[in-house]
Amino acid sequence: MKISAIKELLDAELICCEENLNENVFSACGSDMMSDVLAYVKDQAVLLTGLVNSQVVRTAEMMDMRCIVFVRSKMPTAEMIELAKEANIVIMATKKRMYEACGILYSNGLVGNKVRDV
Amino acid sequence: MSEALKFHFDVDGTDFTSAGQASVQIKKNLRQLGIAPDIIRRVSIAMYEGEINMVIHAGGGEADVTVTEDCIEISLRDHGPGIKNIEQAMQEGFSTATDTIRTLGFGAGMGLPNMKRYTDDIQITSEIGKGTDIVMRVNLK
Repeated sequence: MKISAIKELLDAELICCEENLNENVFSACGSDMMSDVLAYVKDQAVLLTGLVNSQVVRTAEMMDMRCIVFVRSKMPTAEMIELAKEANIVIMATKKRMYEACGILYSNGLVGNKVRDV
Repeated sequence: MSEALKFHFDVDGTDFTSAGQASVQIKKNLRQLGIAPDIIRRVSIAMYEGEINMVIHAGGGEADVTVTEDCIEISLRDHGPGIKNIEQAMQEGFSTATDTIRTLGFGAGMGLPNMKRYTDDIQITSEIGKGTDIVMRVNLK
């Protein structure tokens, strides 16, 4: 699924790295526990989280993730945005809650580690 | 690569925000060396978990990474409280982290298991009141 499709599906506000909206992600993970993310997520994924601190961006960077979506209207700090720009990670924010956001992406084809274009 | 390459980092234990900087730097260094992306990911995740552990449990420490033709070795040392029961600490879900740490996204009891998951070998020695040494190896061949 293209990152631009995630933005539309979640009615999300783009915060940085617009130039990467055409990139694809192949899986997704919704979690506020970064160690769980580090344990289970595969390559080229999108992270949905309600946690706001710089370790969210570092975790995504370690996992080679392409995109972070902050749910429940959470907004990243200026420092987090700078880290994301350095790591070339798209950041966006949605008003939707975690459960709803994950459900929308899942039901639109972002299932497990399979590749499905919307 | 005929000689081993060594990288040293001091991990600041007073600033949770900056935790992980050494792992980010190692990731860049390994990329410059042309190491395969999946190896880089395994090394950086294992080291990142170690860095976070040092910051949240031990007040910081030191990290050394050695790259040879055969493997990448990550050595972490701290002078924290030590691990009372290493076997128990290796179980997924076991954690002594405080609720404060959990609100920061860590302390789920996945740190040491993740370090084991992403490396080919892990050796942990720890002494109560003196600190913990962890040596991890990721094979290149």
